[in-house]
Amino acid sequence: MTAELSISITVNGTLRHLTVNAATTLLDALRWQLNLTGSKECCAEGECGACTILLDGRAANSCLVLAAEADGAEITTVEGLEGAEGLDALQEAFLQEGAVQCGFCTPGMIMASHALLRHDPHPTPAAVREGLSGNLCRCGCYPRIVKAVMRAADRRALS
Amino acid sequence: MTSRAADSDRAVGTPARRVGGYERVTGKQHFVGDVRLDGLLHVKLVTLDCGHARIISVDGSAAMALPGVVDVVTAADLTDPTWRYGPVYHDRPILAVHETKFHGEPVAAVVAETERVAKLAAALVRVEYDELDAVLTIAEALDPTSSLVQDASLRAGPFAGTNTLREWNFGWGDVDQASADVVIQNVYTFPMVTHFAIEPHVFLAAPDQQDGICVWSAVQHPFALQQVLATLLDLPLAKVRVIAPDPGGAFGGKQHAKFEPLLAFLALRIRRPVRLALTLAQTFQAVRRSAFEINIRSGFSSDGEVRFQDIVCNGLLGAYADIGPRVITKATYLACGPYRTPDARVHVRALLSHTAPATAFRGFGTPQVAWAVESQMDEAARQLGLDRVEIRLKNLAARGEDVVRGDRPADGDWAEAVRKAAAAIRWGEPLPARRGRGLAVAIKSLATTGSSYAIVRLHVDGSATVLAGTSDMGQGARTVLAQVAAEELGLDVGAVQVVMGDTTMVPFDLQTSASRSTVFMGSAVFEACRDVKAQLKAMAASAFGIEPADVEIGDGVVTLPSRKLTLREVLAEAFAGVPGEVIGVGSRRGEQDLEHPLGGAPAFYEFSCTAVEVEVDAHTGELTIVRHVSVADVGKALNPAHVEMQDEGAAIMGLGHTLMEHIVLDDHGRIVNLGALDYRILTTKDVPLELDSLLVENADGPGPYGSKGAGEGGLFAVSPAVASAVTEATGVVIRQLPLTAERVWAAIKQSDS
Repeated sequence: MTAELSISITVNGTLRHLTVNAATTLLDALRWQLNLTGSKECCAEGECGACTILLDGRAANSCLVLAAEADGAEITTVEGLEGAEGLDALQEAFLQEGAVQCGFCTPGMIMASHALLRHDPHPTPAAVREGLSGNLCRCGCYPRIVKAVMRAADRRALS
Repeated sequence: MTSRAADSDRAVGTPARRVGGYERVTGKQHFVGDVRLDGLLHVKLVTLDCGHARIISVDGSAAMALPGVVDVVTAADLTDPTWRYGPVYHDRPILAVHETKFHGEPVAAVVAETERVAKLAAALVRVEYDELDAVLTIAEALDPTSSLVQDASLRAGPFAGTNTLREWNFGWGDVDQASADVVIQNVYTFPMVTHFAIEPHVFLAAPDQQDGICVWSAVQHPFALQQVLATLLDLPLAKVRVIAPDPGGAFGGKQHAKFEPLLAFLALRIRRPVRLALTLAQTFQAVRRSAFEINIRSGFSSDGEVRFQDIVCNGLLGAYADIGPRVITKATYLACGPYRTPDARVHVRALLSHTAPATAFRGFGTPQVAWAVESQMDEAARQLGLDRVEIRLKNLAARGEDVVRGDRPADGDWAEAVRKAAAAIRWGEPLPARRGRGLAVAIKSLATTGSSYAIVRLHVDGSATVLAGTSDMGQGARTVLAQVAAEELGLDVGAVQVVMGDTTMVPFDLQTSASRSTVFMGSAVFEACRDVKAQLKAMAASAFGIEPADVEIGDGVVTLPSRKLTLREVLAEAFAGVPGEVIGVGSRRGEQDLEHPLGGAPAFYEFSCTAVEVEVDAHTGELTIVRHVSVADVGKALNPAHVEMQDEGAAIMGLGHTLMEHIVLDDHGRIVNLGALDYRILTTKDVPLELDSLLVENADGPGPYGSKGAGEGGLFAVSPAVASAVTEATGVVIRQLPLTAERVWAAIKQSDS
C-alpha cells in the first residue's frame, strides 16, 4: 500500500492539517477529508474543468494535483467566495445572467473565471471564451457565462 | 409576506431568479455524488475489453483475498432465471449471464471498504472468456447470418430469432397511387452520440432498519425506479425509498434504471450501504442516443407541394431495449414533419446490436427524423428552384390541420415561428462569399399519457411548501412550480419552498421527460392551489359567520362582504385556538388510448424552428456558426429567462451532434473515443457568434396559463439548418452527420474535382 503523509494546506483562508495517502488527489482530499464537496469530479483527467480550484492564485485542475503536492499551498474553492456581505461579483453575475442551469460545472466555471479576471481584469468576450475553453458545460450556458464574466469585470472596475 | 408588492420576482411570466441558484454558485448544492453515509462500502464493476463475449468462468478468489474486500458477486449469486428489468422489455440482467452484450456490461461487482481497494480488487478478478463476433451496425443487425444479440427465449413473436426487436408501420392514404412531378430519394444517417452530462452516474443503496431499502440516484423518474426495485426485490412500494437529488445534467440519460438494481441487491445482501461511482468513460459506455438510417423517398408537385413521403427507418438500439422502442415509434410517427402530407408510408425497424443501450436523449428521435425530412425539403427547393423558407411555408400545417391524418391537428401558429426566424436571420439579404443560411423546422409529440400529483401546504404564517416529484436537472422546474404556487396563492416566490426528489416525501409523478412537467406537474400544482383556496374560503366563511359563496380569494387577498383580509389574517383567525395548516392536493392525468399507436394522442406538439448563418472555411472544412436563431412555440413562458436558457442550451447541444459528436467503435465493439479529450462536445470557443432564442406565445397550450412545454425544441432542426447553409455556401450536399471539418473538406474537394 502507498505511504501516508502529513500535509498542511490553507483552504479558503484556514490552515488545515491532513494525513493523506500519497496517491490521494487534491480533489479527493477537499471533497472527502475536508467535506468541501463544491468542487466536482467529472473526467478525472484534467479535460473538463469541473474540479477547477485556485492554487496559490492560479487555476488548477485539482484532479491532477496530488494532495501531497499542495503541501504549503493556498487553496481557494467555491466555498470560499461568499463573504460577510454576500455573494461575490462573479457569483452574483452568474445568477443575474442566467449562467447556471444544472449547476454541476458552475463551481469550476466560477473558479476559472476568477483566475481569468485575476490575470486580465478587463477581458474582451473573445478573451473570456479563450480563458474558459477548458471548462465544459453540457447545458449550454456558455454565452451567458461569458456575459456574466464581462458583467462581473465591469462591476469590479466600478468598485 | 403574503401581500403582493411591486416586486416582480414572483409572478408567472417573469424571469424569477432560479430556485436553487444560490446553492449552485456557492457549492452548497448537494448532488448525488456528494452524499455521504456512515459505514459506506465501495463498488467497482468488472468488465471485459470487448463488446461481445461468452463468459467461461469467473474467479474472484484473488480479489477476495485482498484486505478490505467484502464481497465479489456474479450472476451466479443472483436468482436463476436471473432478474431482468427494463422499461419496455424486461431484458436487461443485473450482471451479465453467460455472455456480455456490450463494452462495459459488468460481469462481476467487487465491494470493498475503500474505492482504491475496490479498484485494485476488480483488476484481480479473473474472467475466462471467448470473444465473439459483435453486431455493431445496421447492416450487420439486418444480416440474417449475424449472431443473435438477444436470446430468442427472451421475447416471443415473429422477430424472436432475429436482431430486429420490432417493426412498425405508420401512414395514411396510398403512396403507390400518389402522383408527383418530382421524386427525390436519399439515405440519411445519424450517428451514435452520448449524453455526456458533466455529472457522471453515481448510485448508492442502503438497507433501512425495517427490511426496506433506500436508493440514491439522480434519476429523472424516481417513481419508475421505485417500481422496478420493488418488483425485483419483491418488496412493497411503501418500503422502497428512492432519493433523487437534482441531477447535474441528465438529458434523458438518467431516466431509466441502470445500475440501481445491482446496488440494491448488494445493499440487501451485505446489509451495509454501498456506492458505485461511474467514471466519465463508464458513463459513455452506459447510455447513448439511437442511431438512425433513414431511406426517404419524397414526392413533390412542380410548385413545391408535398405529395407523398415514403420512408424506411432503421433505428440502431443497443444490446438491451431500454426505452429505445418508444424513441423510435414516437419520432417516426411524425416522420413526415409538421406539414400537410396527403399520402404517407413509414416503415420502421428497431434493431439490436452489441453496443451500449440506447436510451432516451433530449429530442427523443426527433433530431434524427428532422435530419432526413428537412434535408429533403431543401433538396426539393433546390431542384424546383424554390426558396427554402417559401417551400416550408407552403406546406406547413396551419392550426387545425392534420399532420398525421386523424390525430391531434396542428396546435400552433407555426408559420409565425418560421417568419420570425427568417426575419431574425435576415433571410434573403445578400451574403458574403463562403457563407450560407439554412432554416429548418420540426415537431415532437409531447407527453401522450401519464400522471402527476402535487401537494401544496399553506402554513399558518402564509408561507407554503410544494411537494412535487419532478426532477430539476437544470431546466428550472423548482422555480416554475414555485412561481405557479406563488401566483395562485398571492405569495412571493421566496416564501415558497419546493420539495422534490424523495418518493417517501412527495406524491407520485410518472416521470420528468417529454417536456411534460410544466403542463402535467404545473397543472397539478395549480389544482392543489385551487384546493387550498377552496378550503380557505370555507375556513373564512366559518370563522366570520358568512357563506363560502360570499368569499373571494385573489392575489393573496381574501375579500369578504364587509372587508378585505390577507391570507395570513384568515389563517391566524382559523387556527387561533388549535394550530394547523391547509393542505391542498392536485393532479393531472392523461389516460391511455389503446387504439392510438402511441398509446395516446400527444397533449401538445413542441414546435421549433432553427435558422442559421454559417461561414465555411474551404481550406479546412471548418464551420463557423455566425448567427443562430432558435424559435420555440411555447404557449406561455412561465419563466421567460428559463425557457430561453433551455432553448439556447438545446441549440448548443444540437450543434454538438451537427458539428462534432460521434461515438467511434473498433472492430471489437469497443468505444474508441471514451472521455472528454476524444469525444468532442462544444466548448466556449465553438458557440455561435450570435445566438438568439425567440419565443412565440399565443397562450394556446394545455398547461397552466396556456403553457406548453419546452426544452427539447432547440435541438430538433439544427442539423438540417446547418447542412442547408453549408450547401448554399459551397454547393455540396452532405447526408451524414456529424459535419466534421474533415467531412466538409472532403465533400468540397470532391465537388471541386
